[in-house]
Amino acid sequence: MKTFISIFPKQLILGFLLLAITGELHSQVIDSGITRTPVDTSKSMLNMDAVYNRPFLSGAKMPVAVGGYLEANSIHSTEDGVSEGLSFQARRMTIFMSASIAKRIKFLTEIEYEDGTKEIGIEFAAMDVALHPVFNFRGGIIMNPIGAFNQNHDGPKWEFVERPDVAANLLPATWSNAGFGLYGKTHKGDWVLGYEAYLTNGFNNNIIDNQENKTFLPAAKENEERFEESNSGKPLMTGKIAIKNRNIGEIGFSYMGGIYNKFEEDGLVLDQKRRIDVLAIDLSTTIKKTGTYLVGEVAFIWVDVPSTYTQQYGNKQRGAYIDIVQPVFKRKILDWENATLNLAARFDYVDWNVGTFNENNADIGDELWAISPAISFRPTSQSVFRMNYRYQWQKDILNNPAAKTATWLFGFSTYF
Amino acid sequence: MKNEYPLFSGALFLIVFVFACQQTAPLAPEENELLDGPTEGLSTEQQGQFLKGDQAFAEVFTIEKGLGPIFVANQCSSCHAGDGKGTPFVKFTRFGQPDTLGNQFLNLGGPQLQHKAIPGYQPEQLPAGATFTELVAPAVTGLGFLDAVSDADLIELSDPDDANGDGISGRPHWNNIPDYVTLRPNTISKNGMYITRFGKKGGAYDLLHQTSGAYNQDMGITSDFEPVDPYSRLETDPEVSIQTVQDVVFYLKTLKAPIPRNQDDPDVISGDLIFSQIKCASCHTPTLKTGFSPIDPLSNKEFHPFSDLLLHDMGTDLDDGYTEGFALTAEWKTPPLWGLGLSKDAQGGSYFLLHDGRATSIEEAILLHGGEAEQSKTNYAELSETEKQQLIKFLGSL
Ligand code: HEC
Ligand code: HEC
Repeated sequence: MKTFISIFPKQLILGFLLLAITGELHSQVIDSGITRTPVDTSKSMLNMDAVYNRPFLSGAKMPVAVGGYLEANSIHSTEDGVSEGLSFQARRMTIFMSASIAKRIKFLTEIEYEDGTKEIGIEFAAMDVALHPVFNFRGGIIMNPIGAFNQNHDGPKWEFVERPDVAANLLPATWSNAGFGLYGKTHKGDWVLGYEAYLTNGFNNNIIDNQENKTFLPAAKENEERFEESNSGKPLMTGKIAIKNRNIGEIGFSYMGGIYNKFEEDGLVLDQKRRIDVLAIDLSTTIKKTGTYLVGEVAFIWVDVPSTYTQQYGNKQRGAYIDIVQPVFKRKILDWENATLNLAARFDYVDWNVGTFNENNADIGDELWAISPAISFRPTSQSVFRMNYRYQWQKDILNNPAAKTATWLFGFSTYF
Repeated sequence: MKNEYPLFSGALFLIVFVFACQQTAPLAPEENELLDGPTEGLSTEQQGQFLKGDQAFAEVFTIEKGLGPIFVANQCSSCHAGDGKGTPFVKFTRFGQPDTLGNQFLNLGGPQLQHKAIPGYQPEQLPAGATFTELVAPAVTGLGFLDAVSDADLIELSDPDDANGDGISGRPHWNNIPDYVTLRPNTISKNGMYITRFGKKGGAYDLLHQTSGAYNQDMGITSDFEPVDPYSRLETDPEVSIQTVQDVVFYLKTLKAPIPRNQDDPDVISGDLIFSQIKCASCHTPTLKTGFSPIDPLSNKEFHPFSDLLLHDMGTDLDDGYTEGFALTAEWKTPPLWGLGLSKDAQGGSYFLLHDGRATSIEEAILLHGGEAEQSKTNYAELSETEKQQLIKFLGSL
């Protein structure tokens, strides 16, 4: 059952420019000179390569390659017997463009439209200068490499409509900021080692003051200023080391931290400096015997919340998810040569407030568990139809009986 | 056909999958297991306003929306979760008034301690020498019924001089009221004072009074009704609109009265009898009736709150040396017992009863009764084990 390797695009990564450097570019002429660059299936790709390793279209004489993906679904959810009815969601459309500007200099941008045009964001827009495989410079709007999902989030790669809770509701998903840094990669035998280190703008007070009424890192995404100035006046440092063995899998250790609050303005001291620190470990592997693909992530967050503020906003958080994907068959169906059907399951866990109440030492709740069985059908590796069911238990901060939610999701996602 | 086979099997699998999962959709809890939800019989317009009030009750106040700078909590529903009672996590302290001569600590932040502050600010500290009490939130269900009981009925229920000699006196709280409240029909005044009935000391006249005070004192949110910010002690621009406050008041008025459960259980029936026999019912009056209300389902109705809305001297154990208005420090308003059995579901699975949540079981709450309830407590202590269990089962069914 090697089949899965070829259908789970997380493993099949492109590395558009990396390939340009090594001169290994394979292209497939579609018509009238437009070329489709397939994703790189060689196993030296890491999660960090995902931004460039995507299917792109480019014209023969054009220095620019274009790609993108669309995600849409229907959703029906019932919380404790009360249903919100059936809705249709066009969650996001993303367009990416890349260009080789000169030898060793490339540019890539990713623009995302979420929920129609409700949210439009530049998720990534950076210039890369390749000085040496282990020494590349990157600057612009860059994706902070915390965990693996943030780097490798394209809808068509996943068997689930929803993003993992730890990646979207604990860590901010597609968390990007203005900044710069270095990255590089080296291999020896079956081993690949990659690193990334960036200084960027970062979080702000929204993480402990928001409508979710909990410490919520994604709330910082509402701060548009982060592309222009650092809220705290201090940079956010993000670093990641990933190790991969081509026969075993990949593991990544990432850290992100810095001062998040505006502690002074115009020379006036407003508060003491308060830090946020985040640690994430990501893992992915394929069990050779069964072709089962496993991918997961754990994250730990520490936030310095003033002790005189409310414990509604916790100072410690953690979460994890794991996806188990089992290919069932891969064969020709209709005109699709390599159509595949997968069964999958995801487990989500998030605790937004780890600890006990000062007043009475009672355990603080504010946590969520979910299990999502899924079926996905991939006519080609670039498109997926997926049907998910999600059963979720969510406890309020006081640990009252959990609210139970059952959700049906049916949708598709495709590169174009 | 060979080619279509996987498609068919896929489709079949999907159908089975859908069916299997359908069976596991979470069921709605029984209506009588929930404290929240509207009173039956509201018109569609009224349901619309109920919904708006419900949303406002759950609104999270952020710094941008005016939270604080000093506050206790940032959401009505964080203290009144699921419209039920609060927990010690969100209890608050009131201080500074040891007698009926008014609060001596108004210039030091009294009566309520805002012990939390937004980043960059310092919260209040309890001033030295101030007597204080701690309060956990009561449930907010069925308040429209309590609000619509006429003043005359409350006077009728009271027995300030214990004329009947049963050791239980009970008196309405005659108090000063703010000028923004609208007097209820046929309200009765005495020397310019009115009967106030909400809050643990029964110090608030109506739900507007209680709500405006809660926005201001619990969250640091000023309104046209209570425009003085607890931190600066100056008037500020309103941080919540008149309309929103009114929607919340309407929501509180129209939240349904808790629905009792297991009423056919023989133990519950026996417990009910014991409740009256040992004189619990002398304060926890089982049945009251409303007068006229412009909200039809609340108008001229009998209901069962198990409270007389009167002040009672509860003895030294429950006397914290702090009071409000013209209540004495040992006096507390009889809390309604309806919904008692459901309070755990809002309190993280354990009971926190009495004004400060000090009792972690119904029995403990009973045994802490004193003063006018001394005899009743003694009666309870003398019950057989079975009778005690029956009484507690009855209380849990409310
Ligand atoms: C910090 C916790 C807290 C917050 C926030 C809070 N409350 Fe309360 N609530 C209490 C406590 C404690 C009491 C008892 C107070 C008293 O005795 O005056 C109470 C009492 C009440 C009562 C009186 C109930 C009765 O039976 O007499 C009402 C009504 C009420 N609150 C409504 C609200 C509304 C509306 C809000 C939001 C605007 C709110 N509360 C916010 C803690 C809170
Ligand atoms: C003299 C009037 C009086 C009598 C008699 C009385 N109670 Fe109470 N009860 C009160 C008052 C007042 C409180 C609130 C005291 C406090 O909060 O500190 C209270 C509180 C309670 C509570 C806690 C309610 C809550 O929401 O926290 C329970 C339970 C209770 N009473 C049950 C009983 C039972 C059972 C009896 C009979 C054995 C009884 N009471 C007799 C006045 C009375």
